[in-house]
Amino acid sequence: MCAKSTTPHLETLLAQAGCGRDASTGALAMPIYQVATFQHPALGQSTGFDYSRTSNPTRLALEQTLAAAEGGVRSFAFASGMAALDCVVRLFRPGDELVLTEDLYGGTYRLLEQIVRPLGITAHYVDTSQPAQVAEALARPGVRAVLLETPSNPLLKIADIRAIAAQARARGQLTIVDNTFLTFANLRPLAMGADLAVYSASKYLGGHNDVIAGVVVAGSPELADRLAFLQNATGAILGPQDSWLLLRGLKTLPLRLERQQRNAQLLAEWLARHPRVTAVHYPGLPGHPGGALLAAEKSGCGAMISFAVASAAQAPEVLRRVRVFRFAESLGGVESLITYPCQQTHADIPAALRARLGIHDRLLRLSVGIEHIDDLRADLENAL
Amino acid sequence: MKLDTRLLHAGRDRDPYTGASSVPIYQCSTFAQRDPEKFGPYDYARSDNPTREALEMAIADLEGGNRGLAFASGMAATSTVLLLFQPGDHLICAEDVYGGTYRVLTTLFRQWKLEVTFVDAADLEKVRRAIRPDTRAIFVETPSNPLLKITDLAGIAALAREHKLLAITDNTFMTPVTQRPLELGFDIVVHSATKFISGHSDVIAGLAAVRGEELGRRLKRLQNCFGAILGPQDSWLTLRGLKTLGARFAAQQATTARMAAWLCGRPEVSRVYYPGLPDHPGHEVHFRQASGAGAVVSFELAGGGDAAKALLRRVELMLMAVSLGGVESILSYPATMSHAAMPRPERLARGITDGLVRLSVGLEAFEDLTADLERGFSKT
Repeated sequence: MCAKSTTPHLETLLAQAGCGRDASTGALAMPIYQVATFQHPALGQSTGFDYSRTSNPTRLALEQTLAAAEGGVRSFAFASGMAALDCVVRLFRPGDELVLTEDLYGGTYRLLEQIVRPLGITAHYVDTSQPAQVAEALARPGVRAVLLETPSNPLLKIADIRAIAAQARARGQLTIVDNTFLTFANLRPLAMGADLAVYSASKYLGGHNDVIAGVVVAGSPELADRLAFLQNATGAILGPQDSWLLLRGLKTLPLRLERQQRNAQLLAEWLARHPRVTAVHYPGLPGHPGGALLAAEKSGCGAMISFAVASAAQAPEVLRRVRVFRFAESLGGVESLITYPCQQTHADIPAALRARLGIHDRLLRLSVGIEHIDDLRADLENAL
Repeated sequence: MKLDTRLLHAGRDRDPYTGASSVPIYQCSTFAQRDPEKFGPYDYARSDNPTREALEMAIADLEGGNRGLAFASGMAATSTVLLLFQPGDHLICAEDVYGGTYRVLTTLFRQWKLEVTFVDAADLEKVRRAIRPDTRAIFVETPSNPLLKITDLAGIAALAREHKLLAITDNTFMTPVTQRPLELGFDIVVHSATKFISGHSDVIAGLAAVRGEELGRRLKRLQNCFGAILGPQDSWLTLRGLKTLGARFAAQQATTARMAAWLCGRPEVSRVYYPGLPDHPGHEVHFRQASGAGAVVSFELAGGGDAAKALLRRVELMLMAVSLGGVESILSYPATMSHAAMPRPERLARGITDGLVRLSVGLEAFEDLTADLERGFSKT
């Protein structure tokens, strides 16, 4: 189809992530450079590597792969998703205001409210699936950026990245997309007008629940330079072993996500028919208000589902009874997980706000893995 | 227990489940729970990871603190500690602080309205005069980098206590083996564990040890919020390094003392900075608070910048590189390396001249190291 294109498809790029970078041995896999410092060839000369906080070959292989996969100028790997987000927040100054998706990861809320707000940066939370609410929030005089989590967490509402980014750009504001849930295998926010993409790479990018990591991909050289300075200055970098594991995880991302999304679609459809389930949130279900937006981008619907049971007493029951689904925080791995947002991922959001958002004590969240669909379905059937 | 023993057995020295003599590397992000209303001790590895926790327990024990915390780098440790402060707060910082600390204070944290006054912390009177009503903390490094000036830790701690300020110090050059600032009244100790603690130039890591339960909790909360944590593999390597810290540091210190004396006798060298030398102005204060003089020596070449550059070009055994504290000797040039972030006039005003080189002494034989330096001195 595009034989003349020199840009490989994502599957190809990722399968060969880090390959062929070690000219001295020909090792196919990227070596793990477990090293702090690098000898200088001569005074005033550098191999390109001086000190691993600034740049490390293993981390660089990862960062270059991610920049190419996301279609960005440059990417940066951090010690965690929160460390990545922290670095992004440091682009702003006291007096600046930010607009965020209202049902967002509880850790992001905690960072902004407990740490960033006292520094003089104000966050406004709106339903970013509602264009009118976003437009109104962006019109506030101090707003410098909008940070979208789409699909939102845990209610899986979809924001119109293109429309919001166009509005923000017209006002000189940055658009930042937390693309953790869909990943560049589904959606490329930078190509849709966003300036930065951020990730908790602990989730789908790593994909095996074995790494804590974060990523920022910059869409412009100017932002890349500022982020490079910040990453080096504050030093919240990803270590070489974890960089290597992430690189390894990326190779199977398209495969994993394909299976996970297929399982999630089947499970969501089944849950929607289940008599003891009162609501199912999944963008792939008919009637989901954001489904069309994803379809227009040829994006899959992800592998996160949230659903409500009939009573508050039933939710802990389900958590106690599951055997295949593991009751644990986090998401995106090959193993299916179930969480209880009101007490786990969103515990740091005040109860009143949680109630208004619909993150109530009957809501459970699934991260669907790559197990056989029959086993996942039987496990939930038994638990319900 | 003696410190040399605690280096091997502090905190969690073996695996409680299998008895393995080394803590397992828990390369995992999340922990399955049994009960939705009562979580186990671990839920998410950013918050707590058993491997990282073993290291955190060890540094808390070794420094004599209530809590230890491990970070992605020394700068991540320092940056997270600085987040304890609010916009408008004022900080007093030693003027010859590590270049990376200077950079983060004068760019990022200045932008976030943390005010900093840099003073010669070796002079307690100057520190006292810099205290303002909005001052919240004093941040010092002793011996300082790269001039190895000595700050009176007990004096700073007393000053901090008197004015209700936090006393924070970077103990990278000394390690808890020779100097334990928390025992002298400090509140927080930070380390670039990349240096002597890991000791093999193979890890980038930072540590903090905190005195006081409440302060420990605050810093732990910041570590979790910002997430600049140390990964499990690097935590394990740091723990592994810690086991030989006592033996390494003793050997490196002994070689450095000989090296300092040898350098004093060389005509190519106009000045030697090492707190172990009897005529070092901080000698007496240093040995009141530390049991050894460390393994870093700085010296100035009589021939100035040209001679320094010639030396760096000619040495073969020593690595010309940034960083320090490894088993390999590292020769570095502060003007273009560790202090490159500092404007030249500022750097010169602090005595970091173009002729200054810094030597981190490793485990090589003394004679091989002096032969290497002689090679570097020749024809200058």
